[in-house]
Amino acid sequence: MNGFWKRVAFAFRSFFSILFHADIPEDIAQKGVKATVPFPQVSAAKEPSGLRLKEDARPGSEAAGRAVQILALLQRDGRLVDFLAEDISVYSDGQLGAAVRTIHETCRQVLDHYVKLEPILNSEENQPVTVQAGFDPAAIKLIGNVAGEPPVRGMLRHKGWRVKEVNLPPLPQAAGRMVVAPAEVELS
Amino acid sequence: MAARYIVGIDLGTTNSALARCDAADAEEESRIEVRSIPQLVNPSEVAEPTLLPSFLYIPGEFDFPKGSLALPWEPEPKLVIGELARKRGAESPNRLVASAKSWLSYAAVNRTAPILPWQAPEEVPKLSPVEASSQFLKYLRTVWDSGEVRGQRGLALAEQDVLLTVPASFDEEARELTRRAAEQAGFPHVTLLEEPLAAFYAWLASEGDTWRRRIKVGDLVLVCDVGGGTTDFSLIMVSEENGELTLKRVAVGDHILLGGDNMDLALARVLQQRLEASGNRVDTWQLHSLWHQCRNAKEKLFESPKTQNRPITLLGKGTKLVGGTIKTELTREDLDQVLVEGFFPKIASGELPARQRRVGFQELGLPYAADPAITKHLARFLSEQVRNSPEAAAIRRGSSGLACPTHILFNGGVMKAALLRNRVVGVMNSWLRQEGFGALGEEQILEARDLEHAVARGAVYYGKARRGRGVRIRSGASRTYYLGIESAMPAVPGMEAPLKALCVVPFGMEEGTETAIPDREFGLVVGEPAEFRFLSSSVRKQDQVGSLLEDWGADLEELSPLEVTLKLDGQQGTVVPVRLESRVTELGTLEIWCVSRDGSHRWNLELNIREKTGR
Repeated sequence: MNGFWKRVAFAFRSFFSILFHADIPEDIAQKGVKATVPFPQVSAAKEPSGLRLKEDARPGSEAAGRAVQILALLQRDGRLVDFLAEDISVYSDGQLGAAVRTIHETCRQVLDHYVKLEPILNSEENQPVTVQAGFDPAAIKLIGNVAGEPPVRGMLRHKGWRVKEVNLPPLPQAAGRMVVAPAEVELS
Repeated sequence: MAARYIVGIDLGTTNSALARCDAADAEEESRIEVRSIPQLVNPSEVAEPTLLPSFLYIPGEFDFPKGSLALPWEPEPKLVIGELARKRGAESPNRLVASAKSWLSYAAVNRTAPILPWQAPEEVPKLSPVEASSQFLKYLRTVWDSGEVRGQRGLALAEQDVLLTVPASFDEEARELTRRAAEQAGFPHVTLLEEPLAAFYAWLASEGDTWRRRIKVGDLVLVCDVGGGTTDFSLIMVSEENGELTLKRVAVGDHILLGGDNMDLALARVLQQRLEASGNRVDTWQLHSLWHQCRNAKEKLFESPKTQNRPITLLGKGTKLVGGTIKTELTREDLDQVLVEGFFPKIASGELPARQRRVGFQELGLPYAADPAITKHLARFLSEQVRNSPEAAAIRRGSSGLACPTHILFNGGVMKAALLRNRVVGVMNSWLRQEGFGALGEEQILEARDLEHAVARGAVYYGKARRGRGVRIRSGASRTYYLGIESAMPAVPGMEAPLKALCVVPFGMEEGTETAIPDREFGLVVGEPAEFRFLSSSVRKQDQVGSLLEDWGADLEELSPLEVTLKLDGQQGTVVPVRLESRVTELGTLEIWCVSRDGSHRWNLELNIREKTGR
């Protein structure tokens, strides 16, 4: 630490802070921490190029609007965003379960209505399947002992999901496109 | 040009539907199809369900984002009609018009004045019940005209053969207002058809020719129609004429404002009380969600008789979703006690419903039924209403005079639940046994299919039957109508001259017939409006044309007066003696005419519908 008066100042600040706020001041706390071994500093993560806003993903654009729209529909009819944004660590499984059942049902209906899904490989999971030659690696992922030329046989571990039909309503005007759910104000 | 389509419109209290068939199709079995009705279901989202919720929302400046109300045929509508209106109305009730049809039959308010939404704040533009009903019809017309028939000559909805259904219990005033609503919506002629009859026609349509094997001469069919907002009963008798089986509607019940919505709300209230008793607060928004979930849970419990309860979860309001979640459940016991015992209690046939309170109507709004027990209303219908019917001798009765149906046809959303149908059949059977008749078995319960659209389809069938391609039920006037005649006694100051009632339209007077009222002449002054007091009775059914009543107790109800102004060129101020004639048209309209003594001139009396005061 440093000079005498600085120490006095810190001492008084800490005293009053503990007395009235039950904690030492933030900056003093920061300075004092030496206990942990610093983690090897990962250089500030380079932003993956996808995060940088491309031309067509600017707020208000069609692409951004559609992304927001899916969230908005799941929120409007299923309250999914409220659920995901809430801190659920404080709730018991029982309490959580009841709410989740409702959200599950309503969000399913949203998907059914607006973005119909279908499995990519329509067989039972954990049963053998054959993957034909010329398959699209974006649609079918091979894992495990990946060797040899297709057709290959293996066990289906996940059916995959693909969107069959998109039935989205028209987007609102540019100004409203970033709204997931309007704030609600009740008048009496 | 002859109409290409026969169209049936069911303008329901909660939901409306439209069905049609090709008029040119010669078969009796020509396909009756239900049309889907495009409507806004969310802002900027149009869907096409087959039902149009009868809700109208008057958007203010801030209700919806700009442009989100656009319809394919109208970029900026002034009113929202249908599913979105219902949804938004639940959030913001000040601007919602619901149950317009029930207001149409409520005489204590001025039904042509802009009073809806009821007790809404000043700045909300208002509509009359007639205008609201006409907006729904106009919407259907626009949907039709901008659909696949667009631009083609002769295919506009107003040019088709349109049949509009009304509750059988609607009196002439309510029917006249319905006609006016249709006129305002751009329909020059509509035929009115009673809903229980339409339900029966829908059954005939689905049975095809085999109906003659199901019912025979002497049978009495009870049509029990319990919808979202109203309960309606009718009796149809099967008789014979010239060797042919004929059907005749012989009794009509009162208009009872009691239905599925009352039931759902009752369930929600019970659960709300239970939640509040255990310390949870349920605010109005959550009550709405509770109402909605009760309805769903109730339907699930009805569908699977083995399930004993259904969980109900009210998510927390705001972003504290899980934190504010309230859990409860709807049990089969709740269903039994609140719905089955509350609305369909087992009673003896002599038990009558509690008297309707007549206090403070203006504050309460619509006069909902005082007694929620539908079985009591049914008992009253079978005993009182039918007692005075002209067919009294032919109707199957028990020893106490109770009419004893041989078959039951159920209609309306509430009767989709087998549990409730079985209860009604059970209660009916207990009465039948008491009266000395056998119980009704499964054969005697006429299965209606597609209860939500039955009335619209039935209306189309009737349209075909009228053209000779199907069976017709003879119905005629649903009440007896009278003119009020003041007796010629010396005027006593402060006392109203005693009134006598002259029967001008007997109950059951058939469509397409007319009759002259004998032995009476009235002197009317040309150019001056003359008023006749007009009364009706749903209880007295045997009065003949021309009979004069002096004391009727509570059997007669006064309607709005009939008015006429005689017009004769050049005879202003002279007194012209006229006789009266009454007529029921093919469209089901009642007409009362003043005819000059020599028969050369006729003037139509018009219903001057007014608000009733001092009742």
